[in-house]
Amino acid sequence: MSDLVKVIIDGEEREVPRSWSLMQACEDAGAEIPRFCYHERLSVAGNCRMCLVEWVGAPKPQASCALGVGDLRPDRDGTPAKINTNSAVVKKAREGVMEFLLINHPLDCPICDQGGECDLQDQAVAFGSDRSRFEENKRAVDDKNMGPLVKTIMTRCIHCTRCVRFSTEVAGVKDMGLLGRGENAEITTYLEKALDSELSGNVIDLCPVGALTSKPYAFHARPWELRKTESVDVMDAVGTAIRVDCRGREVMRIMPRTHEDVNEEWLADKSRFIWDGLKSQRLDKPFVRKDGKLQPATWDEALNAVASAFPKSAPQKVAAISGQLACSESQFALKELMTTLGVANLDARENGAKLTAGNRAGYLFNSTIAGIEEADALLIVGSNPRKETPVLNARIRKRYLDNGFKGIAVVGPANDLTYDYDHLGDSAATLSNLGAFADVLRNAERPMIILGQGALTRDDGAAILAKCAKLAKAGEGWNGFNVLHTDPGMIAGLDLGFVPGEGGKDVQGILDSAESGEIDFVYLLNADGIDTTKLKNAFVVYQGHHGDAGAHAADVILPGAAYTEKNALWVNTEGRVQRGARAAFPPGEAKEDWAILRALSEALGAKLPFDTLEELRAKLFAAHSSFASLNVAPGAAGGSLDGVGQAGAIADAGFALPVADYYLTNVISRASKTMAECSQTFNAQRTAAAAE
Amino acid sequence: MAARRLSKTQPISFAFTPENLAWTQSEMAKYPEGRQASAVISLLWRAQEQEGWLSKPAIDEVAKLLDMPEIRVLEVATFYSMFNLAPVGEHFVQLCGTTPCWLRGADELKTVCRDKIGAPGEVSSDGKFSWSEVECLGACCNAPMVQIGNDYYEDLTAESFAKLLDDLKAGKPVKAGSQSGRTTSEPTGELTTLTEGAE
Repeated sequence: MSDLVKVIIDGEEREVPRSWSLMQACEDAGAEIPRFCYHERLSVAGNCRMCLVEWVGAPKPQASCALGVGDLRPDRDGTPAKINTNSAVVKKAREGVMEFLLINHPLDCPICDQGGECDLQDQAVAFGSDRSRFEENKRAVDDKNMGPLVKTIMTRCIHCTRCVRFSTEVAGVKDMGLLGRGENAEITTYLEKALDSELSGNVIDLCPVGALTSKPYAFHARPWELRKTESVDVMDAVGTAIRVDCRGREVMRIMPRTHEDVNEEWLADKSRFIWDGLKSQRLDKPFVRKDGKLQPATWDEALNAVASAFPKSAPQKVAAISGQLACSESQFALKELMTTLGVANLDARENGAKLTAGNRAGYLFNSTIAGIEEADALLIVGSNPRKETPVLNARIRKRYLDNGFKGIAVVGPANDLTYDYDHLGDSAATLSNLGAFADVLRNAERPMIILGQGALTRDDGAAILAKCAKLAKAGEGWNGFNVLHTDPGMIAGLDLGFVPGEGGKDVQGILDSAESGEIDFVYLLNADGIDTTKLKNAFVVYQGHHGDAGAHAADVILPGAAYTEKNALWVNTEGRVQRGARAAFPPGEAKEDWAILRALSEALGAKLPFDTLEELRAKLFAAHSSFASLNVAPGAAGGSLDGVGQAGAIADAGFALPVADYYLTNVISRASKTMAECSQTFNAQRTAAAAE
Repeated sequence: MAARRLSKTQPISFAFTPENLAWTQSEMAKYPEGRQASAVISLLWRAQEQEGWLSKPAIDEVAKLLDMPEIRVLEVATFYSMFNLAPVGEHFVQLCGTTPCWLRGADELKTVCRDKIGAPGEVSSDGKFSWSEVECLGACCNAPMVQIGNDYYEDLTAESFAKLLDDLKAGKPVKAGSQSGRTTSEPTGELTTLTEGAE
């Protein structure tokens, strides 16, 4: 049988692959097919009937999403099947479907949050009648509780079941379903539990009507009054493509953009609903500690306070730490400044991970996220990808559902990852004896090892790193060694070499020396994840955007910009450099971070050699060429694994995972009410489930 | 018909009797490995036969036996109207209200139910009866009719139906099938067609 099938679409003969659905063939021919239930990334349901087309000779119009072109018989005279997508039959059929859909759909567009971006609204304009022939009562459906993120107005539901298919197939939570039948059908979660998934917000995008909408965004804005800025998310290390929607200077919501190599079209909940955290706990003016209390100051006062405290003659007494949310430009500027001043105590590895700068392959996700779909075996070490990078975990699940993996195994705590795996053991010592799984790894063509931060922050992190690098298969076209990061700051830091210089101390060394008084000036760039109690004896400068741990310990606070408020480069766990864009201006007197460091350098008498962001980037690209190629993941071409880590003994101990509470991992999420509510709801739900 | 929901009052637990449990195993063994979910309807039906209705613990138990998410089992249980999601009386009357029965007096039977039992879906105070209106049960030749338990009672009138309920309540034996005296759906009285050779 030939792989191509001939079909006549709207009078034009075309040859299309046999595996295509009729809808794909029609779209390929340039026809627009309306649809509600069909979605490219979900299974085909074929229940909305909106995509009907005419197959000349067939008794009834055909649902094009559920009919394969391979099933089309040629006409009796031997000519290929004739499909019409805009004939009178099709128009009448779609008008009929639309009339049925609108029978029970409320006419509440003016108070519906989906208004303006509603598939039903748009298609009603094309196929709907201007009046209703239905004189009976409309049905009403009780609203369901789906947790703090998804608002439900179930009377609007048209039962396309996209949400059910998404949560079952992609998110891997089996709580959603369609109860009853016919007019009494209802979408609900089992016993109205909150939808316990880190990807639940995507059902809002998938819902073609206003039945599932965003709860935090409810009644806040209309889509046409929002200014849309395409940017990159930094809540985890995936680097999801996002669109930041602002009204005035306020971020109103965050939506995903399609990026096939990174997030497809999904967005994790923390990234989507973080925006209210951008409005509270903000540092909007400089502060200087006077008489033991942080007091508002002018920029000049603050910069001078830093300059006068800076022990210029003793650079060994100075240290700088950059944190989770530090952008590439600010880290570069800080590194340049500190190096000029002779400071060697630099570290971007806030969590103390035993990764080393230099060989990029040694700390990146070398198989790439899209590469997961080619992998055939997977070993996860000291990580819970579901909590650390939900979107990446959805890729693993996708591959799992395709039966692509010959085996998945976990070394470390056993958590619900939404797919089955062999739990080899809690202890890191298991790595030396993988049992039968060692053969699976050895025989696999494209095996993957995912090494989480939980494994790297241990004292024997370097030994685990070396062990896994040795286990991994790396060569032409495939590198199976993957470090899963939790935050973008450290990756950029490693790329830039924001690590201890000659004789410099790392994070732990800096903290210990600060406690003992050996270091008496510490510069924190967005660093909140360290033990700030050890900084009591030092003069601490905090540059960042939220009043969290770092700011509390500071003697001078320099207010910076959050990720939606600056043009900056971010590196994801694959090593993909992406450009984040400014969607709104930072609040009050806060400034973009590179500009703060440029101003500070002048006060310190070590003026940095750039006056604009472009000049800074030119210097950055010249010094570190990896930043110059945007949106490229090095993958297997990134380098060899020789010399990664340091061979040594691996302690027989379990792992402490980096993400204890998915909803509260960084300063922005800790300032967000929505995230606090999620944390509370889901923790309570889990405790209740565990008690049962 | 309103949306079908789980009953507000639920028992604490459900367990199949040992015989039924053995039966569920044989039922599940009918399907290939990994396709045990196919047995969901027969297991739910057996659970309902055991308890009279399907409680949440029963649904959870079936889900556990078949290794299915609870919501998938609940979907099936709510889809089919013969699964009772609330307790029913000892004698569960399913009254056909579809057109042929309706034309032949189903409304009068409903009045009898209302008088003798109560509102549809409610269990009478003595626990003996409950009733609900259902769609066509396929006995139109003998309309109007009701199903009580597993038996059909046909050719009813308000009087004969009231008597039937009284007899059931008193525990007297009753006759299933046509209540007007004819055999199955033969003509009432004399044969009108195929009379030749009918003796």
